[in-house]
Amino acid sequence: MRDVTIIGIGLTQFGELWDKSFRQLIAEAGASAILDAGISGKDIDAMYVGSMSSGRFVGQEHVGALVADVSGFSHMHIPSTRVEGACASGGLAVRQGYLSIASGINDIVIVGGIEKMNDVGGVSATETLATASDQEWEAFFGATFPGLYAMIAKRHMYEYGTTKKQLAQVAVKNHANGALNPNAQYKKPITLEYAMNATIVADPLGLMDCSPISDGAASIVLCAADIAKKYTEKSIKIIGSGQGSDTLALHARRDICTLDATVHAGKMAYKQAKITPKQINIAEVHDCFTIAEICAIEDLGFVKKGEGGKAVENKITTLDGSLPVNTSGGLKSKGHPVGATGVAQIVEITQQLRGEAGKRQVKDARIGLTHNVGGSGATCVVHILEVA
Amino acid sequence: MTDVGIISYGAYIPRFRIKTEDIAKTWGKDPETIKNGLGIIEKSVPSPDEDVATISVEAARAAILRCNINPQDIGAIYVGSESHPYAVKPTGTIVGEAIGATPILQVADYEFACKAGTAAIQTCMALVKSDMVEYGLAIGADTSQAAPGDALEYAASAGGAGFIIGKEKIIAKINETCSYTTDTPDFWRREGKKYPAHGGRFTGTPAYFKHITSNAKNLMEIMNTKPEHYDYAIFHQPNGKFPVTVAKMLGFTAEQGKQGLLCPYIGNTYSGATMVGLASVLDVAKPGDRIFLTSYGSGAGSDAFDITVTDEIKKLKRENAPLISQMIKNKEYVDYATYAKYRDLLVLE
Amino acid sequence: MKSDVARFWRAIPQRYNLIGNQCGSCEKIFFPPRETCPECRRKSIGKMKDYKLNGKGKIVTYTIIHVGPEDFEKQIPYPIAIIKLDEGPCITAQIVDCKPKDVKINMKVESTFRKIQQDGDIGAIYYGYKFKPRNELVPNKEKKKH
Repeated sequence: MRDVTIIGIGLTQFGELWDKSFRQLIAEAGASAILDAGISGKDIDAMYVGSMSSGRFVGQEHVGALVADVSGFSHMHIPSTRVEGACASGGLAVRQGYLSIASGINDIVIVGGIEKMNDVGGVSATETLATASDQEWEAFFGATFPGLYAMIAKRHMYEYGTTKKQLAQVAVKNHANGALNPNAQYKKPITLEYAMNATIVADPLGLMDCSPISDGAASIVLCAADIAKKYTEKSIKIIGSGQGSDTLALHARRDICTLDATVHAGKMAYKQAKITPKQINIAEVHDCFTIAEICAIEDLGFVKKGEGGKAVENKITTLDGSLPVNTSGGLKSKGHPVGATGVAQIVEITQQLRGEAGKRQVKDARIGLTHNVGGSGATCVVHILEVA
Repeated sequence: MTDVGIISYGAYIPRFRIKTEDIAKTWGKDPETIKNGLGIIEKSVPSPDEDVATISVEAARAAILRCNINPQDIGAIYVGSESHPYAVKPTGTIVGEAIGATPILQVADYEFACKAGTAAIQTCMALVKSDMVEYGLAIGADTSQAAPGDALEYAASAGGAGFIIGKEKIIAKINETCSYTTDTPDFWRREGKKYPAHGGRFTGTPAYFKHITSNAKNLMEIMNTKPEHYDYAIFHQPNGKFPVTVAKMLGFTAEQGKQGLLCPYIGNTYSGATMVGLASVLDVAKPGDRIFLTSYGSGAGSDAFDITVTDEIKKLKRENAPLISQMIKNKEYVDYATYAKYRDLLVLE
Repeated sequence: MKSDVARFWRAIPQRYNLIGNQCGSCEKIFFPPRETCPECRRKSIGKMKDYKLNGKGKIVTYTIIHVGPEDFEKQIPYPIAIIKLDEGPCITAQIVDCKPKDVKINMKVESTFRKIQQDGDIGAIYYGYKFKPRNELVPNKEKKKH
């Protein structure tokens, strides 16, 4: 097994990007990553693209080939694969790229994540996001995607006393961070009062508890560690990669308040990295809804089950806390173009570990973690990064 | 002659209600005048997720819960309504699947304005009597529509009842049935149209009253009976007044009609009307009670039944499903705006 | 019109009558029915038997949906719950005949037959299960298996 490093990163603006098409966004992200890596296109052995539902959002499947094409690699016949795992598509694409180098098959790989969600109406976008849930046994009966996470929140509040205020504090924190992120969809801080009084979407979750509909793309260049120095002095090593699955429907889970896929993926990554959760300095977790961040910091072992709400309330996870979480602004403030998110999380941690995070910079960040989830927790991918 | 009768029964009335006074106020009419003139206090309103299929299934399931028959032994299902969910595709097959009576089963849907359910009873009687089926299930149910602002709006409501007809362990023997039918266009709905139309006062004497009185007199002549031989009399109830008037015309008392008269509390459930009235009577009937039922369907026709309750009714587990009196009490009021939303009076593009 | 009729029709036994199945090896009950038992895996192949669930259960968690899919517009706000059925499996369903504020975790519920969705004005109507508060008016209700 070879070590794998990240040698280049690229990220587009996230938001409602009327002027940019699916193709333009992924080309832009990819080009940035290649420039940042200082490689030539010819150096790339393979391409992995994460996109949840290009078919329903822009009527286009076969995007592995499409992305290779818009990147200008078709005449080189580069192997290009689209990877899908609902909102974890990006993270899965990263892991597929990583595995292909670790196994010795490839030396340099480019991974992209892309979603263009605003070309369809809001109702249609919501229906498409619901395909991440169990269509036959959840969505069919009127359970919306926010509804599923709302049910997790209600049970979490029932079992552990988590409060609506603690949920809102996640949103406040992430917006405060997003305000410092030039690529974020929402660059304005919000108040606790604003978050708590936002329009209800699915009780107890309101508008400020839910990540937005977004357009955006992210890209990273992965390189075998033993040749990384040829290209850059600031490579970041992937020291752990983990993945887990769970039942598609929330109602079939072992414990509604625990995403066992996260626990499994986290343990796999920690084991490979030979570290414990305590050694993580900074994390980008999947806050598709505020409750998801609370469950994530519990399921990744940062705090005990049920203590996630208190940890947020005690400001452990703020930018200057003992474990900053979602310094990018998270999905809530940075935006959540679903296929792009998993890759964008790697971009954020890489910037932090390189010392390039500007106003969001966490001091002495050496080991970072990314956590990307599909649906209500049926897929999870965790990566652990360390300064090389 | 083989005995034929009701083996079990079930009914369903949706929970929501709208008060006559709230409809009257919407259209600028005096609530007390309307309430007293029509004899209707409030009517049932189906929820957006209820229709004739769901009401029929609930009624059929209630009937099955009260007795011991195996649904697979039901050989026929006939559902009568003027608001079937589909114009083409039967409600009866949905009921058949939902109660586990498929696939060895004959099914058809009936339409004859408000008497489609009683027509279904007659059909099931014939199928059982002729040994073509062991049990037949006859259902009358409606979620009838009335044009907003029309006089019918105060009465058109939702509900239904189902009766399992058979030969053994009869709880109520159907001694005789007869019908009276003419081509009388008093009330109708054209194909593709949302709301029915009617002939105003023409719906009274030459339609409702003529057919019910003629048919009722005919049945009593066949049975050689008089009104005082019956414990209960059930008449079709398009409002709270007509059934009381026709009962009087025939010589029945208000006491005899009381248990089966539900229109003041739930409105006119059209194909469900006399059926739900009969269910209400069976909820309290004792062995030996004799029931006189005359339905009426516009277009026009009437089906009459002479029924005697047997000892078997004591064995029927009536408590296994809600009684009519319980369903009438189990209610939640909606205002006119919500009613309009639920009943599709507001067109959503 | 979307024409999902075949997919819906296939699930009628489940949606109308809560037909799940039971592992012939460990006797665990599943809803919806499974091809194999996740515990017994290979040992359960060919041994799964149809099992009709009785439709009674209690609410494990719930939410009130305020922003819902097109077909549910007229019912907003409506409760959706995860219900643990008596036989063990959990399912997701709408709660009806109950004001949103009265829905509670641990509330006893029972199944009822309602319209779930329809494919516009032209397509088919899809019926299925919803759950309502357990009917205290009929405490002796028993469903028999045939």
